[in-house]
Amino acid sequence: MGRYALRRLLQAIPVFIGTTFLIWFLVWGLPGDPFAGRCGERQCPPAYVQFMTDKFGLDDPLPVQYLNYLTNLLRGEFGQTFNGTEIGDLLAQAFPVSIKLALVAVAAEALIGITAGVLTGLRRGSFIDNLVLVSTLVLIATPIFVIGLVARYSLGLASVSPEAPLVELIIPGLILGSGSLAYITRLTRVNLVENRRADYVRTAVAKGLAPSRVTGVHLLRNSMIPVVTWLGLDLGSLMGGAIVTEGIFNIRGIGGLLFDSINRRQSGVVVSIVAILVLVYLIVNLIVDLLYGVLDPRIRYE
Amino acid sequence: MSSPEVATPTAEAAPMPVTPAVVESAPKKDKPRSLWTDAWYELRRKPLFVISAIMITIFVLMAAFPSLFSSVDPQAADLNRSLTPPDFGSWFQFGKQGQFGFDLQGKDIYARTIYGARASIVVGLSAVLGNMLLGGTFGILSGYLGGWTDTLLARFGDIFLGLPFVLGALVILSTFAPVQDSPSALRITSLVIMTFIALGWPSFARIMRAAVLSTKQLDYVHAAQALGARPGRVIFRHVLPNAIAPMVVVGTITLGGYIGAEATLSFLGVGLREPVVSWGIMIGDGRNYMETAPYIMAFPAAFLAIAVLSFVMLGDAVRDALDPKLR
Amino acid sequence: MSDIKVKTAPVQGVNGGSASHLLEIENLHVEFRTRDGVAKVINGVSYHVDAGETLAVLGESGSGKSVTAQTIMGILDTPPGFVTGGSIRFRGKDLLTMGKDERRLVRGEGIAMVFQDALSALNPVFTVGFQIAELFRKRRGMSRADGYKRATELLDLVKIPAAKARLRDFPHQFSGGMRQRVMIAMALALDPEVLIADEPTTALDVTVQAQIMDLLAEIRRDRNMGMILITHDLGVVADVADRIAVMYAGRIVEQADVHNLYGKPCHPYTLALLDSLPRLDLKGQELNTIKGLPPNLLRVPSGCAFHPRCQMARDICSTQRPALIELGGVRSSACHFAEELYGRE
Repeated sequence: MGRYALRRLLQAIPVFIGTTFLIWFLVWGLPGDPFAGRCGERQCPPAYVQFMTDKFGLDDPLPVQYLNYLTNLLRGEFGQTFNGTEIGDLLAQAFPVSIKLALVAVAAEALIGITAGVLTGLRRGSFIDNLVLVSTLVLIATPIFVIGLVARYSLGLASVSPEAPLVELIIPGLILGSGSLAYITRLTRVNLVENRRADYVRTAVAKGLAPSRVTGVHLLRNSMIPVVTWLGLDLGSLMGGAIVTEGIFNIRGIGGLLFDSINRRQSGVVVSIVAILVLVYLIVNLIVDLLYGVLDPRIRYE
Repeated sequence: MSSPEVATPTAEAAPMPVTPAVVESAPKKDKPRSLWTDAWYELRRKPLFVISAIMITIFVLMAAFPSLFSSVDPQAADLNRSLTPPDFGSWFQFGKQGQFGFDLQGKDIYARTIYGARASIVVGLSAVLGNMLLGGTFGILSGYLGGWTDTLLARFGDIFLGLPFVLGALVILSTFAPVQDSPSALRITSLVIMTFIALGWPSFARIMRAAVLSTKQLDYVHAAQALGARPGRVIFRHVLPNAIAPMVVVGTITLGGYIGAEATLSFLGVGLREPVVSWGIMIGDGRNYMETAPYIMAFPAAFLAIAVLSFVMLGDAVRDALDPKLR
Repeated sequence: MSDIKVKTAPVQGVNGGSASHLLEIENLHVEFRTRDGVAKVINGVSYHVDAGETLAVLGESGSGKSVTAQTIMGILDTPPGFVTGGSIRFRGKDLLTMGKDERRLVRGEGIAMVFQDALSALNPVFTVGFQIAELFRKRRGMSRADGYKRATELLDLVKIPAAKARLRDFPHQFSGGMRQRVMIAMALALDPEVLIADEPTTALDVTVQAQIMDLLAEIRRDRNMGMILITHDLGVVADVADRIAVMYAGRIVEQADVHNLYGKPCHPYTLALLDSLPRLDLKGQELNTIKGLPPNLLRVPSGCAFHPRCQMARDICSTQRPALIELGGVRSSACHFAEELYGRE
């Protein structure tokens, strides 16, 4: 386990450096005036240009600039918006809301998705199976912004209040997780169907265990490995994937902030936020990778 | 062991060496069925496949010859007819206008919805083909050369996979085409396509790499190499046919995903923009009039969902047909 | 496996003697309904086993020997497999007609099974201790601690070194032979009266094979269990079996005690099987083989299913199926020339 973790960690470092370099390069490293088009319709205010140039050492040679950017990023110093608000402060306000929303979404996915997947996996070919399969296809195929807009319009929902209480997050969370929910359903079903004929399931039956135990323990435990992994990965990507949902419901999370920044044409803020989200995504990926080793004992020593 | 012991003469080490090619007990009626003919047999009987194939044909026709479906100019604005609701009486009457109503600027929503198919299909198809080409090439290099090339390409690919798709596209697009810019139709379309390729190629490279690796292990490939067949020949004769099935499946499903992603980015304002006609832009335009004029959004949204659904369904059906494990 | 020792121990009850056997399969029919047609996998198989004896079921793959075992255990994959006739009586009660729950309780406690490939038959994500203790906890209502204690005893019984420590290991951490011992320990947990061993040594090295067979024979003797040993390996059979049933294309073609079967096979298929064994005294000569392939069960040859490969085949063999007839009251064979073979010197 320890060696596996270390190896994964070592593998993640070049990816992390590469990805942050890519983003840095897109934001500040490209030849030309880095402030062109960063402040909406107007020229950037000189104070802003001055501040950001100092902060990120934009007069330094390129490699030094990148290192500066990286250390700033890791220290949590993201610079300012062009009207002087610290991006770090904005993020600190927005993150808890996004985490709450992502947790609601993942909880819905796990609860509904796994249940539906198990039901259909055990009754393959039944009416319920086909019904669920078709609905998952529709959910996967319809982009979230369409589902969100339709839901908001047809349910006549108001914007979520700034404090984002859990109750108000339930429907946005469901919508945010809808695509993944459908995917989890199918993943659970496929794994169940595949494992149902596995030799160890047959052994469990031959041991004279009750059907509920054969399915609930032996079959499910194995089938859940990829599902749990996927849920973990989803938690990471939902933070960023919430742009649309948070935008539509005016939720003041990271995604909402991003949505706002795009609409107010603050590319600088947009890219800083994305850099953070990528960081979160990479870390979650790493954790999930390690989790996989815990869930499947065969991974550790191979 | 898990498969039932029905007439599998090769299954386990029989106690006696069996001399093959002697007296076949029953006359063989079966034609040898290949993976593809078997899959095709399976597919033809699947309603989901047939429906999605028909829908895709219609969308492709719409993209190639929009004038077959509407004779109206999608850009013609007439403020006098701004926000006119759909005229259901004029449905199925070619040459009429306003079947789906008119938007804020008085443009014909039906014509725009038809013309919108082009952006989706062009972006989706080009991006997937580009992915196959770029990812395929890198995959072949990775799998065939192995060693350092493989490791470097894999890590390089990881960098792009490390970016969540919509976020990555957001950064790239807002860098090369800031939201306040109005690039030409050609420029923004190719930018969106290139963005999708930049973010998508590693997945395709992985598939190709896996196909190369599994093919490399096959005895007849070793034999071909030993006989001095050139790498190019081995790749085209043996590797590519192996990689095509997974490429087709992933490509079809990805195409559906890309159509959705294009619409999402256009809706957010960082993807396609005027003068390109795109379902995403139309839905974005209709957003503020959802209560007074829901039809602005409803029709492009329905077309979008059906288009994505068709591709996802097609890919799904093809995968099921090619993967007998799940039957 | 190179030379065959015919077991010299006294043969226990060739036909059992008692009216009711411990486990008795009668006229069993099983078919697989597949996309390409219906395959009749088992066509009227009957055999029995009593406490303390070992019945070996011998046959090539596709002969239906494993399917019979799966049907007895009630782990036949349905679909495609369907039982279409016959009975399986355990202690006089038909397993095929009894209630689901009643039948479930027979598994493990009445009849237990050792599978061929222990690596896939053991659940990869649970420790070996969990999988054995589970039986005691769920079937005997024991506490966790007691379950693990009993599991340790079982691993000791099957001679796994450092049993207590190994309880915490996962199946993939064991060697092939040790894993098969775990499988055997699990099958023995509830003290079954009949043990079905389905090709228990096929996946193992030759040296390990012998150890596992010895272990099985020893346990069978100590516990006075009935054992059904399913195998395609004639070498394995000779040492441990009391009686042998030879299967071909879903039917029993010959049944006899081990002594008689090896001494004077009365079916051309058995004859050919014995003939194809490598023999020390014929070193250097080419091995005898059975010509042709096992039959396709979707299109079983007419008459005697073996006739296309049989060296003795005549016209009647392709038109008329021979019945399983008794020979001398102690054995049976399904061949038109069984009497002839039995009567030879």
